[in-house]
Amino acid sequence: MDFQLTEDQRALRDGVRDLLEGRFDRTALRAAVDASERAGAAALDRELWRELGAAGFFSLALPEADGGVGLGLPEAVLAFEEAGRALLPGPLVATFLAAGEIPGAASGDVMVTAADGPLVAWLDEADVVRGDVAGAVPARSVDPLTPLHRLPADAPREDGGPFLDGAGALLTAAEQLGSAARTTEMAVQYARERVQFGQLIGAFQAVKHLCAQMLVRAEIARGAVYAAAVTGDPLEVCGAKLLADDAAVRNARDCLQVHGGMGFTWEADVHLHLKRAWVRAGTGRSAGDAEEALAAAL
Amino acid sequence: MDLTYTAEEDEFRARLSRWLARTLPELPPPPDPLDWPGRRAYDTGWQRRLYDAGYAGLHWPVDAGGQGATPTQHLIFLEETEKAGAPYVGANFVGLLHAGPTIASEGSAEQRARWLPPVLRGEEVWCQGFSEPDAGSDLASLCTRAWRDGDHYVVSGSKIWTSHAEVADWCELLVRTTPVSGSVPKHRGISWLAMPMDAPGITVRPLRTLAGSTEFAEMFLDEVRVPVSHRVGDENDGWRVTMVTLSYERGTAFVGEVVACRRVLGELAREARKNGRWDDAVLRRRLGHLSAEFAALWRLTQWNVSESQRTGGVPGVGGSVFKLHYSHARQELYEAAADVLGPGALDLGHPWNHDRLSSLSYTIAAGTSQIQQNIVAERILGLPKGR
Repeated sequence: MDFQLTEDQRALRDGVRDLLEGRFDRTALRAAVDASERAGAAALDRELWRELGAAGFFSLALPEADGGVGLGLPEAVLAFEEAGRALLPGPLVATFLAAGEIPGAASGDVMVTAADGPLVAWLDEADVVRGDVAGAVPARSVDPLTPLHRLPADAPREDGGPFLDGAGALLTAAEQLGSAARTTEMAVQYARERVQFGQLIGAFQAVKHLCAQMLVRAEIARGAVYAAAVTGDPLEVCGAKLLADDAAVRNARDCLQVHGGMGFTWEADVHLHLKRAWVRAGTGRSAGDAEEALAAAL
Repeated sequence: MDLTYTAEEDEFRARLSRWLARTLPELPPPPDPLDWPGRRAYDTGWQRRLYDAGYAGLHWPVDAGGQGATPTQHLIFLEETEKAGAPYVGANFVGLLHAGPTIASEGSAEQRARWLPPVLRGEEVWCQGFSEPDAGSDLASLCTRAWRDGDHYVVSGSKIWTSHAEVADWCELLVRTTPVSGSVPKHRGISWLAMPMDAPGITVRPLRTLAGSTEFAEMFLDEVRVPVSHRVGDENDGWRVTMVTLSYERGTAFVGEVVACRRVLGELAREARKNGRWDDAVLRRRLGHLSAEFAALWRLTQWNVSESQRTGGVPGVGGSVFKLHYSHARQELYEAAADVLGPGALDLGHPWNHDRLSSLSYTIAAGTSQIQQNIVAERILGLPKGR
């Protein structure tokens, strides 16, 4: 047993981080937010989508014989964690899951979305839609970079499936983990710069303890998400999603608190993390249903 | 990232599990939790069986009398013994998990030969003389004095929260060998001594905990003579020696307990299904949530063990992250247990209720959660020191 990242896994993670920092840094993120505000709807950067495809982001887990990279779920989790850190928009999980099944998905030429609950993301922009979206009506999405449609309440729901306890839930959890780790860093960075009462606010225990608990939540989620990636066990995936949702949402809220009044502004990025975390937490199984599933197995 | 065990590790697990299945039925009935002399006899008896079977000091280095097992084998040992419901380390806690590893790492050859074998054989019990009335979380402020008189230290002062003092043969004692002065930081004048508990001048007064038992005591030291040869590490270097001890405490001491908590969670679910409390969706969901948390804590344990196996060093500050969440989750577990029991939660005849009371110490002992949060914030996250 060696439950640590291998050299190759570290290199992969660093490579994805470098790619995203170069191609979708804060300036690009804010430009995307501004553009979506102006246009009244978020648009996806198709060029970036194809660059991700060319870098092997969507084909990571496809066998090499099928033009993929031939890696496994743990590597995919590391890549999606980076996407979560960077707040990369788009139906990443649905497109990843479609690679190898829907032509063009792996290369990033085709953008795929899926109906995996009461909400569908990126319905108007997607080239291919999986699942029944009859009667979907546009919603004013809380997340400026994730357009949403609502499905009728009586629409048929898939029972099980990738977004409830499969790879979809796990990759969504990995994005939540990346976001939870990023908001921890943002809070710590702010606490080391902001001066009040003549000292850095990070010297106050009240602030320290918020930051320490953020790290604890992120690390607990990390243990759960990585282990679920290795075992692929549906219950472990279920627990990982539950804890990662919790870490992403609560860390974003605590990060907002550490930022004080600044955290409540549109200008700070904190709200973008919180809103995306809410959207991801609303994907797949609800927290209550996940807890019920875990309890049933006791 | 790999969670599979090697064939050698699987074989180790199988052999241990066979031994446990054979040995556990032979054990005498466990003592009353309030009866410390009884607990000492029971716990040291169990340690002797482990020793005879070759499982004592499994992960200690061979030159310290241990088996030189890998951290992963130690993890398997803790997992299997807890799963099988084997006795807890109990009265041997300080000897096996604090003083022993400290002496193994920092002691001389003579000191290792003198103190380690009796711990492994279950012959000698240690207690921990760290805290003082004015130096608990602020341990470096301790003021029990030790001054040289020939080849002895003469020690005077008082200690508190001295775990297992009532039944101990030895005390790992922190004393001040250089008085605090403006120029020397207060943690620089501390030394680590092994004090025999039968030395003249020691008065032990057991303290009753809220759980009714006497886990710890206050200890008064009136010119107690301790040979200089009983000092582990250099004079005034006791703080560094102590940090070695504490990293063991935070890093590994609670590992097996996670397995135990997962077992208790299963028992909670069975009891709730039996007594009808399972129909309460709020309670069911709490148990489901706890299940995810203890599974994650177990995975985090495997992560930390793998890390220490790679670095070959003592467990790092990551232990503080673990302890912060574990101590909280353990308390939540026994709050849920009380909810499952309903009115039965007020009956101390049920073991869960004693464990519920004991769990209250988890966010205090071995560094309060507030201190742990400071450690995480300052040493891992790099936030400035302050108030």
